[in-house]
Amino acid sequence: MIAEAGLAALWLAGALAALQLAMAVIGIARGRDDVAAAVRPVAIVQGVLAALAMALLIRLFLNSDMSVKLVVENSHSAKPWLYKFAGAWGNHEGSMLLWVTILGLAGGAVAIFERSLPERTLVATLGAQATIALGFYAFLLFSSNPFARLTPAAPDGLGLNPLLQDPGLAFHPPTLYTGYVGLSVAFSFAVGALVTRDVGPGFAKAMRPWVLIAWIFLTLGITAGSYWAYYELGWGGWWFWDPVENASLMPWLAATALLHSVTVLATRDGLRAWTIMLAVVAFSMSMIGTFLVRSGILTSVHAFAVDPERGAFILALLAIYIGGALALFAARIGTVRAGTTFDPVSREGGLVANNLLLSVILGIVLIGTLYPIVAASFGVQLSVGPPFFNKAAGPIALALVAVMAVGPLLRWRRDEAKAVVGRVALPIAATVVAAVALLFVWPGVLPWAGLSLAAGLAVASVAPLWKRNLRRTPMFTYGMVLAHLGIAVSLAGMASDSAFTRETLVAVRAGEAARVGPYSVTLDGISPVIGENWSALEAQLTATRGDDSTRLHPQLRFFANPPTSTNESAILTALDGQLYTVLGQPDAQGRWQLRLWWKPFVTLIWFGGVLIALGGALSLVGRLRRERRSAVRAAWA
Amino acid sequence: MKAKHQRLTLALLALGAVVVAGLLALSALKDQASFFYAPSDVKRDGLPLGRAVRLGGMVADGSVKRAADGVTVHFTVTDGAATTPVVFAGIVPNLFREKSGVVAEGQFQPDGRFVASNLLAKHDEKYMPPEMAGKMHETKTLAPDRGS
Repeated sequence: MIAEAGLAALWLAGALAALQLAMAVIGIARGRDDVAAAVRPVAIVQGVLAALAMALLIRLFLNSDMSVKLVVENSHSAKPWLYKFAGAWGNHEGSMLLWVTILGLAGGAVAIFERSLPERTLVATLGAQATIALGFYAFLLFSSNPFARLTPAAPDGLGLNPLLQDPGLAFHPPTLYTGYVGLSVAFSFAVGALVTRDVGPGFAKAMRPWVLIAWIFLTLGITAGSYWAYYELGWGGWWFWDPVENASLMPWLAATALLHSVTVLATRDGLRAWTIMLAVVAFSMSMIGTFLVRSGILTSVHAFAVDPERGAFILALLAIYIGGALALFAARIGTVRAGTTFDPVSREGGLVANNLLLSVILGIVLIGTLYPIVAASFGVQLSVGPPFFNKAAGPIALALVAVMAVGPLLRWRRDEAKAVVGRVALPIAATVVAAVALLFVWPGVLPWAGLSLAAGLAVASVAPLWKRNLRRTPMFTYGMVLAHLGIAVSLAGMASDSAFTRETLVAVRAGEAARVGPYSVTLDGISPVIGENWSALEAQLTATRGDDSTRLHPQLRFFANPPTSTNESAILTALDGQLYTVLGQPDAQGRWQLRLWWKPFVTLIWFGGVLIALGGALSLVGRLRRERRSAVRAAWA
Repeated sequence: MKAKHQRLTLALLALGAVVVAGLLALSALKDQASFFYAPSDVKRDGLPLGRAVRLGGMVADGSVKRAADGVTVHFTVTDGAATTPVVFAGIVPNLFREKSGVVAEGQFQPDGRFVASNLLAKHDEKYMPPEMAGKMHETKTLAPDRGS
């Protein structure tokens, strides 16, 4: 009965989305305020129903209900509890249901919490949100029903891909989806504002927290996904420029640009049309990401199902939403009054440069990601990998870092070039000192530039606090400082990893040792281990550095359902880097392959990512507090 | 500067930036895209020397040999019509086995060998890289190995 209840909840939610759209249209077009007033409650109930459907699907997975097709194909009764739970979205149908659930909940949250927008614009926004939801409900109900039954019921399931059997599965997809779907809210706000011709600072202030939330979650999702790939895939890399990774990076780039342009619109009433355009682009990137990942067009661990019909469905949705939004944009943009102007040397100027460079990087990543797909349709098979992305996007990313260092030190509207030079003297000095010092350990061109600029950016990012009363500095300024510092930290980690990593590949017998970086690693022995749904051969390694020695246990793990094996790496984290160990295959002479990496300061990459997200959270709290305070003040006046 | 002019300037700047990005990307793509080859492509068109490419096919039965150092592997990739010898130093993926599909990333040597820097095997038993499924259909002598 649970499956039927879930399906019913899904149908009801879909019907409510249709109702929500119809009521929003009537409310606005006919000016019927009574109808418009009901849009909020309907949006809330729709979100609750979608969440109910998701909860029921999780329930089916936890119960290992083998009469449900999805559970049979993707689960197994002997799987640990956490992977039954998270396994609910470790497959195509379940992950699309999660997508819709978050979309519904986001719409509900907008309906409950958004009080600063004019009512008409809000109703139009919820109408746009319902349109998006409607497409995805149709997708689920007509081509990806997660609740389909299997008759007769199977004795047990086929199991979950072991690469996905990791705590990361519980965290990474929901975070990333919250980010993707959060951008749908920004998109709906933009559509709503276009419909009611209400593009201005008030709209930007209302939209900003939602963009920030989406951006924070995208940042966390990407950071978590990168670390997961790093320790799970056993290749010692943290970013592969895999199309699926690009699918999450592209919305992040667009959201980062949007975050900065929406600030110009909110503070200075500039960049109106551009901000609207970016909101459309950002959500397009989410949709393209969903299409790339869910259509099975790509070679990836994320491609659960290869079904051309599904790909075509998502592509059609993409075309309808983006095409519709662009048509609306073209029709209405003439009525959007031009915003205020500004000097090229000003904070706005810096933010425009930021937006342009981010757009260029976005364009490069997009071309590199789509090129193989386009080429394939002409019968040419090729792949585009790290050499392309590093060469094409790397230099522009470094230019962006330079802009990021200078931008926050500029005044709004107009600034004196001479005064600016004085303010950036210290960061430039830091860059030069680092650049000269690094000449002695020459790490290669890009890492050299990266490390030097990271030093300059670190100094520049805290410079906005210089000579300020730290108590009276608004919280969102701290947020910006922290986020920019996070970029510097992350960049330093990336550059250090690509420049100073040491790798050793050996075949050793028990008792023999290998050296990598500052460590000597000895293989003490190999022993079998039994886990909840796997067995493994586990190496006992002793890693010695000076007088310290630590035990490490990389595994060669075998899963029965489905029959697969994985290399479980073992990582030793020190203050100045990580020792990464992987156990390979044995050979006929009783030797075992060991692959060892010493990665100096590699942890800074993810630590920086967390700082960036924290910075976003600080800004969010700061903005919300300030708005509540000014609302209270307005009420008293 | 009037607001209208500023908007125009910004729009032109944005357009310029996108065009530059496109040109940069396309020129870099020319050098950096790595093409996919099957052994019979190489036999027909000659060796693509001096660039990173991908070689795909089946690992020939009985061809996997490990060198004395314990970390170098020699094997032959076949697509049913031709074969290419491959050398790889590293830990082979868990799903790498004889009579199963593989995609090797690396470079051809003038003597016809392929030196792989990375091997991609099927991600799981259900899955086969689309490039490979395509190549398999072309030769029509080997059925795609669908596993369990």
